[in-house]
Amino acid sequence: MSTAPRIVITGMGWVTPLGHDLATVWSKLMTSQSGMAPIDRFDARTFPTTFAAQVRDFDWTRFVNDPSIHSGAGLNTCFALGAARQAWQQSGLNAWKGLNPRRAGIYLGAGEGVLDTPNYVASNIAGWDPSANKVDGRKWAETALRVMTASKEIEQEPNMPVSHLAREFGLRGPAYNCLTACAASTQAIGEACSILKRGDADLMLSGGTHTMIHMLGVTGFNRLTALSTSKGDPTKASRPFDRDREGFVMGEGSGMVVLETLDHARSRGAQPIAEIVGYGSSADAFRITDIQPEGRGAAASMSMALREAGLEPHARRDDGRPMIDYISAHGTSTKENDSIETRAVKRVFGDLAKDIPMSSVKSMLGHLIAAAGAVELITCVLAIEKQMLPPTINYSNPDLDLDLDYVPNVARPAKIDRCLSNSFGFGGQNDTLIVSRFDSSSSDSRAS
Amino acid sequence: MHAARSRVYITGLGPISAFGVGIDPLWSALVEGRSAIRAISGWDASGFTCSAAAQLAPELYEVKTAVPKSYRKATKVMARDIEFAVGAAAEAVRDSGLVTKATEGATPTLPPDRVGCHIGAGLIAADIDELSGALATSRRADGTFDIAHWGESGMTNLTPLWLLKYLPNMLACHVTIIHDCQGPSNTITCNEASAGLSIGESMRVLQRGAADLCLSGGAETRVHPMGVLRQIFAQRLAPTPDGVDPATLVRPFDARAAGTILGEGGGILVVETEASARSRSATPIAELAGFGASQCFCSDTVGVAPENGDEIADAIDQALSEAKLTPADIDAIIPFGSGIPAIDRIESAALHRAFGTRARAMPIIQITPFVGNCGAGAGAMAVTIAAQALRTQRLPARINTIGCTELDANACASRPAALKSILVTTTSLGGQNAAIVVRALA
Repeated sequence: MSTAPRIVITGMGWVTPLGHDLATVWSKLMTSQSGMAPIDRFDARTFPTTFAAQVRDFDWTRFVNDPSIHSGAGLNTCFALGAARQAWQQSGLNAWKGLNPRRAGIYLGAGEGVLDTPNYVASNIAGWDPSANKVDGRKWAETALRVMTASKEIEQEPNMPVSHLAREFGLRGPAYNCLTACAASTQAIGEACSILKRGDADLMLSGGTHTMIHMLGVTGFNRLTALSTSKGDPTKASRPFDRDREGFVMGEGSGMVVLETLDHARSRGAQPIAEIVGYGSSADAFRITDIQPEGRGAAASMSMALREAGLEPHARRDDGRPMIDYISAHGTSTKENDSIETRAVKRVFGDLAKDIPMSSVKSMLGHLIAAAGAVELITCVLAIEKQMLPPTINYSNPDLDLDLDYVPNVARPAKIDRCLSNSFGFGGQNDTLIVSRFDSSSSDSRAS
Repeated sequence: MHAARSRVYITGLGPISAFGVGIDPLWSALVEGRSAIRAISGWDASGFTCSAAAQLAPELYEVKTAVPKSYRKATKVMARDIEFAVGAAAEAVRDSGLVTKATEGATPTLPPDRVGCHIGAGLIAADIDELSGALATSRRADGTFDIAHWGESGMTNLTPLWLLKYLPNMLACHVTIIHDCQGPSNTITCNEASAGLSIGESMRVLQRGAADLCLSGGAETRVHPMGVLRQIFAQRLAPTPDGVDPATLVRPFDARAAGTILGEGGGILVVETEASARSRSATPIAELAGFGASQCFCSDTVGVAPENGDEIADAIDQALSEAKLTPADIDAIIPFGSGIPAIDRIESAALHRAFGTRARAMPIIQITPFVGNCGAGAGAMAVTIAAQALRTQRLPARINTIGCTELDANACASRPAALKSILVTTTSLGGQNAAIVVRALA
């Protein structure tokens, strides 16, 4: 048996469709508000889906030292800069000069940047040769070189948010971006914790950022019939676990956390907010479009995280509570996900599953794709801090097969010390984090 | 206090490059000094200042041959990057003697939940003919794009699964389905550092006991109009003047170097714990002995021209330290060696910082001049070549570079050499770095 350092969160921040700071967004989640509205980023009026949860009135320049350094940054990077600055500030790093940049790394689950849609489309149309039924390369290049711009193209590379954040915060340690679809930022945080535990860094900035609210993003998900195409009130469209759920609603934004070894946090006098105690990762290895029907991979990921946390899922604590007080569901509001996730949770927790509240904030924020996991982990930490469970809104018609406690429609108080957060990606990627109230009385390292 | 860590072995090589699938055609070309770089074929690249690449010819690889019969239908939704990963994984599995679900009717060697998969990927571009043909259905008479028409009906010209061709994690997704890898799986997307970081992450997953074996590496193609355009915008490509053989243009560490040339492919390796290799009587090819990762300081943020090589040297130091080696123990180096002057400069500086006076005498192994810059796949190709050089105790040939005095990088023939440890470094547009020490078996 060996011991590994404990990993604590010392700062959190987010930019979401419901606001750009922890307090505002939390209060909206507590009052069951929705971020959905008609899309105004491009003309989506004739699309199968006409609404999304957009980030609004966000001025990223307030969050950086020198906006000119980031002048070419894409929207996903702007979200990331905003979220990361909040986390940095909360962790006291703005004011602390002792950071060793070589021991400070970054692990993001950031999505690709937004296409320069008008110019990309214009080049493709100009290059199209109907008689040959293909693109004329010369004509395409001539137009593309004229209308597209270097920075907009380079900034689409999925590692660009990492590069901008590393520059802004002076990080020179291990640096990664993973892009495992909707599971990306949960996985990034899990892997960042592993890097810290192994001793390869003292501090990691981690989380995710993404937007796919653009013409070809909506097109892609519409073709997959994954999005809600509700013609009614957009704020009612995301209805995870409800009988009438019919697809997810796109959101966008970023969630970021500062992770540190407990020793490092203590040595600089930083206050741990919570502790990451478990991480699990698995692949369905099933189909590119469908989730394994029994929730095999999802259950494996949860079980692995529980094992790492040293928690027996079928046991109760001395006061009768299950080992987990709240599950932040992946809960996308698609028929398939919500059924299978419910099945997987039952598979892991057995009869105790019904005693564990599980909600989906995607009912209010939409699906932040690669950034969803980080934002949902932060809601778990706030749930512990405030002793309140965020609701699943728009839950009006129970689905007979889905019989867990989904915290329907209204937030409610509860005793919350430990939460589990799930993220499952297209392609069968499953990741789970378990976060716990920070207990300063226990030992400085954990058995592993 | 960490427990004694398991050794991690490479037990299968699955490179895929312009020379085809597998180590033999690639290694022969490197030993003989043959470059695969030539004028781009298949589409008209003459509108770009760089119109050459190292392309994998259709007759050398067909994805249908790399998947079980029952999975052939799924090849319709594979971008070319995915096809490469699928072919590389099949080859690596074959080379390692592993039996997976891909062998229909046979019993897999390992329980699926003990097999992980880490495949680095790039920013996959949509097939330009497919997308443009669909977009063109929503063209107004004056040639402009009618988005209302697109939303209403134009988009139905794209196949329903269109988006799934281009998600970066679909490389790992298809590979995990074909070979039934249910353990930890990840898709690292850090440009040219993707595969190196993926191999490092596989090492860590194996060391912490979360899997016994991983399929690990990366694959990408940028040999398409968007790929070439973006690389030209990033000031990375060498111009290809008429009358000059493009195979001579990638000249890493040469004062005349004017940029890189794109390639396509990469590779997957089978990497596993010592215990796993022993229990299935696999023959290890080499050991992954050390790994390090870091981020360059880039004043231009996006890393077109990082300031210096300090952080690359940091990653090298970490990898050497994990391998419990000193600079004197390294016998050869495979840097990114792209021929992009700004990157060559910082790599050379990093090697000088890490190796001191020894840097000048340390043989450099070239890859990019032969197979082009394979982006997210480059690091896997480099680790593969390192393993093969250690196994054969031979340095491949070098081409094109002359007059380099800072490093042992000038053109020369292949030669036998006593090689115990080879260092691989990758550095990306964006500034992420990985360093890996590959060690011969004692």
